[in-house]
Amino acid sequence: MGFEKFLFYVFATITLVAAGMVITRRNPVHAVLYLVLAFISSAALWILLEAEFLGIVLVLVYVGAVMVLFLFVVMMLDVDIATLRAGFIRYLPIGALIAVVLALEIFLIVGPANFGLQQFPAPAPAAPGVSNTEELGLLLYTLYVYPFEIAAVILLVAIVAAIRLTLRRRSDTKYMDPAQQVRVKKGPDRIRIVKMPSERAAVPAVAASAAPQESTE
Amino acid sequence: MIALSDYLILAAGLFMLAVAGIFLNRKNVILLLMCIELMLLAVNMNFVAFSHFLGDMTGQVFVFFILTVAAAEAAIGLAILVVVFRSQQTINVEDLDSLKG
Repeated sequence: MGFEKFLFYVFATITLVAAGMVITRRNPVHAVLYLVLAFISSAALWILLEAEFLGIVLVLVYVGAVMVLFLFVVMMLDVDIATLRAGFIRYLPIGALIAVVLALEIFLIVGPANFGLQQFPAPAPAAPGVSNTEELGLLLYTLYVYPFEIAAVILLVAIVAAIRLTLRRRSDTKYMDPAQQVRVKKGPDRIRIVKMPSERAAVPAVAASAAPQESTE
Repeated sequence: MIALSDYLILAAGLFMLAVAGIFLNRKNVILLLMCIELMLLAVNMNFVAFSHFLGDMTGQVFVFFILTVAAAEAAIGLAILVVVFRSQQTINVEDLDSLKG
């Protein structure tokens, strides 16, 4: 089984290397970009598993929206990376130890002895006319239509919460309200008539030259 | 043929790296969120692999819902992060101790 296995190992290697880069890069922007790489190669692996719709959704929704959101926030926040990296070397031994122990435990369970090809033979490849999207849609809109609508409500809650959390009214910004501008009336809004006593001109020459103009009004 | 165990070991490796990342970058909230995303990716990989090898589409439906909830979680988490940074001028976890019980 040549090419398929080759593809699997290529994409699996890229995924793991990218994940390793995510947790070790100094610059958070590079970490986000490596995370994008990990997601894209995982999407390729999912397509290898005949989950084409989810692979495309992972690229479109996750890489296209969520990761871009991450990138925006990382670039927007002006963080001091040096202080955030302070304990990196100090936590390295304990982190590596726990990761290795965790990996050994999981490998003991999910290794080829329990989940190999003997226990789980590879299924036959899907027939040419079968559409993964159609199958998923048939299941999603019949049996799981109620959880589907709950998921929609969760997304709505996320939109409202994110906007409400980050929205702020700055008091020092000056802005125009076109609705108020349109509603301006001729009388009290534009002209204000101020009563004041007439004043005597300080310099007679200027007053004499200005006098004819005032009289015409 | 690619066995189910290959995918499971790959997902376990991803999860392991994410856990290690949480230990290493425990001060940076952004990287913690990214490690959580990696963990969710590993779990989703398990779901898709089992769905394929057991011939059951329900696993993929579940991945769909996990993706939805993860997107909502990322959006709200990043919004909270922005608000915290605006008020505290830092995202260092050790400095975020104003909520004393």
